[in-house]
Amino acid sequence: MKKFLIYSFCMLLSGITVAQEDETDVKKDTTRLTEVIVLSRRKLSNHRQEKTLSSIDDYLEKSNKVAMIKRGNYAWEPTLNNMNSERLSVTIDGMQIFGACTDKMDPITSYVDVSNLEKVSIGSGQTGTENGHCVGGGIDLQLASSKFYQSRLKTNVDLGYETNGNYRVAGLDLEYSGNTFYMNADGVFRKSYNYDAGGSNEVLFSQFQKYNVSIQTGFKLSEKHTLDANIIYDKATDVGYPALPMDVSLAEALITSVTHNYANDSTFIKSLETKLYFNTITHIMDDSKRPDVPIRMDMPGWSDTFGFYSKATTTIKNHHILFNVNAYYNRSLAEMTMYPNDSNQPAMFMYTWPDIRTFYSGIFAKDKVVLSEKEQLSGSLRMGFQNNRIAENVGLESLKIFYPDLTDSKSRFLISVASNYTYNISNYDFSFGLGYGERAPSVSEGYGFFLFNSFDNYDYIGNPTLNNEKAIEVNTKANYHKNRFHIGVEAAYFYIEDYIIGEIDETLSAMTIGANGVRIYKALSNASIFDVYINSSYKISNSFSVNGTVGYNYGRGSNNENLPFIRPFTYLAELNYKAKQFNAAIQLEGNANQSRYSSFYGEDETAAYGVLNLNFGNVMYANDTKFIVKYGIENLLDTNYSTFADWNNIPRQGRNFYLNLSVVLQ
Amino acid sequence: MKSIKFIYVLLPILFLSLVTSSCSKDDDDNPIILSEVDGLIKIQELTNSTHTIELFNKEGNFYTGYNSVSIRLKNNASDLYVEDASFSWMPMMQMPTMQHSCPRSAISKVLGKNTVFEGYIIYQMTNTDGSGWSLTIDYTVDGIDYTMADTIVVRQNNNQNVTSFMGSDATRYIIARIQPNTPIIGINDLMVSVHKMENMMTFPVAENYTITLDPRMPGMGNHSSPNNTDLNYSSSDEMYHGDLSLTMTGYWVLNLKLMNANDEVLKGEDVTDENNQSSLYLELEF
Repeated sequence: MKKFLIYSFCMLLSGITVAQEDETDVKKDTTRLTEVIVLSRRKLSNHRQEKTLSSIDDYLEKSNKVAMIKRGNYAWEPTLNNMNSERLSVTIDGMQIFGACTDKMDPITSYVDVSNLEKVSIGSGQTGTENGHCVGGGIDLQLASSKFYQSRLKTNVDLGYETNGNYRVAGLDLEYSGNTFYMNADGVFRKSYNYDAGGSNEVLFSQFQKYNVSIQTGFKLSEKHTLDANIIYDKATDVGYPALPMDVSLAEALITSVTHNYANDSTFIKSLETKLYFNTITHIMDDSKRPDVPIRMDMPGWSDTFGFYSKATTTIKNHHILFNVNAYYNRSLAEMTMYPNDSNQPAMFMYTWPDIRTFYSGIFAKDKVVLSEKEQLSGSLRMGFQNNRIAENVGLESLKIFYPDLTDSKSRFLISVASNYTYNISNYDFSFGLGYGERAPSVSEGYGFFLFNSFDNYDYIGNPTLNNEKAIEVNTKANYHKNRFHIGVEAAYFYIEDYIIGEIDETLSAMTIGANGVRIYKALSNASIFDVYINSSYKISNSFSVNGTVGYNYGRGSNNENLPFIRPFTYLAELNYKAKQFNAAIQLEGNANQSRYSSFYGEDETAAYGVLNLNFGNVMYANDTKFIVKYGIENLLDTNYSTFADWNNIPRQGRNFYLNLSVVLQ
Repeated sequence: MKSIKFIYVLLPILFLSLVTSSCSKDDDDNPIILSEVDGLIKIQELTNSTHTIELFNKEGNFYTGYNSVSIRLKNNASDLYVEDASFSWMPMMQMPTMQHSCPRSAISKVLGKNTVFEGYIIYQMTNTDGSGWSLTIDYTVDGIDYTMADTIVVRQNNNQNVTSFMGSDATRYIIARIQPNTPIIGINDLMVSVHKMENMMTFPVAENYTITLDPRMPGMGNHSSPNNTDLNYSSSDEMYHGDLSLTMTGYWVLNLKLMNANDEVLKGEDVTDENNQSSLYLELEF
């Protein structure tokens, strides 16, 4: 009897935990993602999206705070709170993984496909530090975990076609779930030719081709123990980057992990998850298809990471506590070989990333206290130790040109703390958060050697003497619901000390032919970034609803210059129709004129734009088979436009008709 | 039968242990006596009736520019190397209308060696087929003077690592690169020699000048590198030293300006947008 009571108490508690999580995780509607995206137990290629087969990039872009920097039609770089990869912690299911390209042509989001993932968890600012230190926030691409519910074999076939770029996608997903054994195998193939910008202007070198296969297996060792193994292989070839002077002939990733899960409601530790992982990336830049370059070059890069994390949850009274211990070791190496036009001269070689070994180990703890039915307080802390070592002596000697006293090793201590208060009653909720966080410079910022940035046309030199970048953050959120009306506002302000950015050094001579000069990574004494979004929706009837979002962003450095890649005023309006087996939406989205552009950091003023999209979805059933058809027109008016986040102003896609078909056999 | 099998097993073991022990014996007990010219390749021998002179360097050939030369003197009769001798040498280039020599050092005994002497010769030019040069060596053994001479082959270096020019002070100078021998990406110790041509045969070291340095990569739009220093004279080795930073491998042009003690430019110009190379330069490739 006593045992039964304890069990039921624990069940209740875990129920509360889940319920609490559900409250903070805002379910996504068809178009907008909020901070945490939770999808149903099916994977990301879920039918909630307008396009079943949209890429992760498309998917992430729907979040308010996320913008995607585009250098082409593939491998977009996510930014969060107007901060890009260096200031974010982007992980795959808690695994650290780092791109192998010195020019950020391979953000790690490009190495997974929607078919691999169950959900994407986006933590703004210091709420995103569960897996690593960041300033802008964390994005965790979460893999599906094993499920043992005896659904036997389930097959899902996806086919997609888009007129613009003659883009074809095919995907196959097999899932077997038994009593003690689970297996999921999926593969996606994507191929696109050059796309057309508005007005049928072909954008040369915007093609890409990639495939992704993944296998996940799980064994239920006992009631409380499960063991999962996951392997993802992703290979992109022939990827064009119209905004850059080079393309990519190979971007290849192997991502592997083994996870042990322990769950027990009757012990002090409610759950314990331990993962061991290894991933390796090979990235090869290529200019052989470009007809006219000042000099031919090869730029391969490699990044290998292995590590582990172990996270435990427990509940003490009204405290829900999470512990996470993690460590990783990364090796980043990139080199450049240039072939002079005068063939009598020898090839020119340098290490652009001189074999940097990064070792990190840290702990994370989070406590969520339920103060009352209405109030909740949470606090988190991450502490870590990071060491960088230059393993390649040639690279060390290279950097000594700029830093004669440089030694091969540098250690840092990093800390981040965050707290959040939430007040929640039936008609409205309110939350307020404070945070402080630090991050270490990235490999490029610390050790890059003549990395050419085609955006501002400067070569960049890393700076191993940089201090940690530190951010103080204030954020607030409020929502009000009444009947069928909803309005919400969220805002975040970051005061960043030692903001790392390139500073022109007039005394240095550019390496890249045609570059304007050399910038060395230095720190502005401070910078401020602010963003605010207002969301509102109104349900006209059971079938019709409208929603709209406007956003404003601001970023300025202590040198009184605007920061680059700050989103101008942005808006979105949508009218939805939803019936049982049919849905339709018309969407207007756009940006105002980018008046606060940063000419100092190579930006020009991006003009205002607005585009109109139309999308439809049908669901049909035949026996045990479910058909989902998604179709629509993007950029209906064939507007020729580019946004603030388009590298070198490459224009975005013009009018595009698309059709996605999913067949689910169970 | 059993014993035969046993032997089959034992034999290879025995053999192996023998090989192993004999190997380790070589390593541990009898250190190999290294030849005093180990790592060097013979360029040429010069002979007269009494002695043979062997000339060595790392490449086994003379090239235009700086040549470090190791010398051994062998007694033809006894076949033994002479340990105590003094030398002087005179390289000579035969031109159609005249002849001239080139900068060279004195010859001295190598520290820590018994039979090897060393010096350097800086050939400022050669004929395309390597011909034209001869070498005369005068030497003294046990108070007796000897001489020998022969033609030598001096090959053209692919890169200009020596330059001979007329300065604005109406003096002819010869500048040669000595270090780095194997350049690295990074900061290299650059060592060059500067000699004045006093007359056709005499080339004293030019002291207390300054040489400015501006390395460039013509293949990379004349990319330059930071933190180079000007070269200054060091009286200890009678050479000029400075820092040369190279940002990548490949073909580099070291643009120079030779200045006298009054900071007057004797030769060379600044590299600018209009002038992409100084008239005084050395080349380097790695």
